[in-house]
Amino acid sequence: MRHLSFNYPYFRNGVHVMSNKASIKVRYFASLKENLGRSEDHLVYTGLMTVREIWCSANPGQPLPCNILAAVNMDYVDLDSLIEAGDEVAFFPPVTGG
Amino acid sequence: MAVMVVQGNFDPWQEIQAYQNAADCLPGTVGATSVFVGTMRDFNAGNAVKGMTLEYYPGMTERQLEKIVAEARRQWRLLDSLVMHRVGDILPNDPIVLVAVWAAHRGDAFDASRYIMEALKSRAPFWKKERLDSGDECWVAENTKGYKSD
Repeated sequence: MRHLSFNYPYFRNGVHVMSNKASIKVRYFASLKENLGRSEDHLVYTGLMTVREIWCSANPGQPLPCNILAAVNMDYVDLDSLIEAGDEVAFFPPVTGG
Repeated sequence: MAVMVVQGNFDPWQEIQAYQNAADCLPGTVGATSVFVGTMRDFNAGNAVKGMTLEYYPGMTERQLEKIVAEARRQWRLLDSLVMHRVGDILPNDPIVLVAVWAAHRGDAFDASRYIMEALKSRAPFWKKERLDSGDECWVAENTKGYKSD
């Protein structure tokens, strides 16, 4: 699924040149990171968006894995949570520590 | 109360001793110490495992561990606690996780340590990637349930 209102611009693998306040840092971990082939993206903040919309913008055409977990600023959130400029959004598979 | 993400091997029993010796609040007040140590097996899901790598989310992992311990402190009367978790490359028999809880009474110590451990297993952002004897590598998909009723 592609989110039409927020397809571009985005910059991958740390090559963005925006200030932190104008951007959203998106991070991926573990098997998700390997499957995507990158550990982070940087998106331009263009207004209120949900975590789900962030995924769609960073990964056009790539369905959101069904068991994915999400965090904003290092706290767990629902996929429908709103994010703000400067937030760090993270996506990762179920945790397997301990 | 301490949480630590540890790069490299550690000896949980020495860590408990050292932490206990340095904790001013414990002498004379402790009636119960509950300790859980998780170690790496050399098998999982029917496969022989020769090693694993533990990935984590620096910052969030410590934050979630601290939240879990704070939740335990609100539910039970604890004197102190120590949570340590290994990251990086790990070999069979290596300790992975230590949860130690000190309390005046055993009920608080038992229940709080179980709570911390189960919450860690389901919420602390760590991920295991196993290296099998066959040479293959595979991510552990999910943790098994700790309580039979789960």
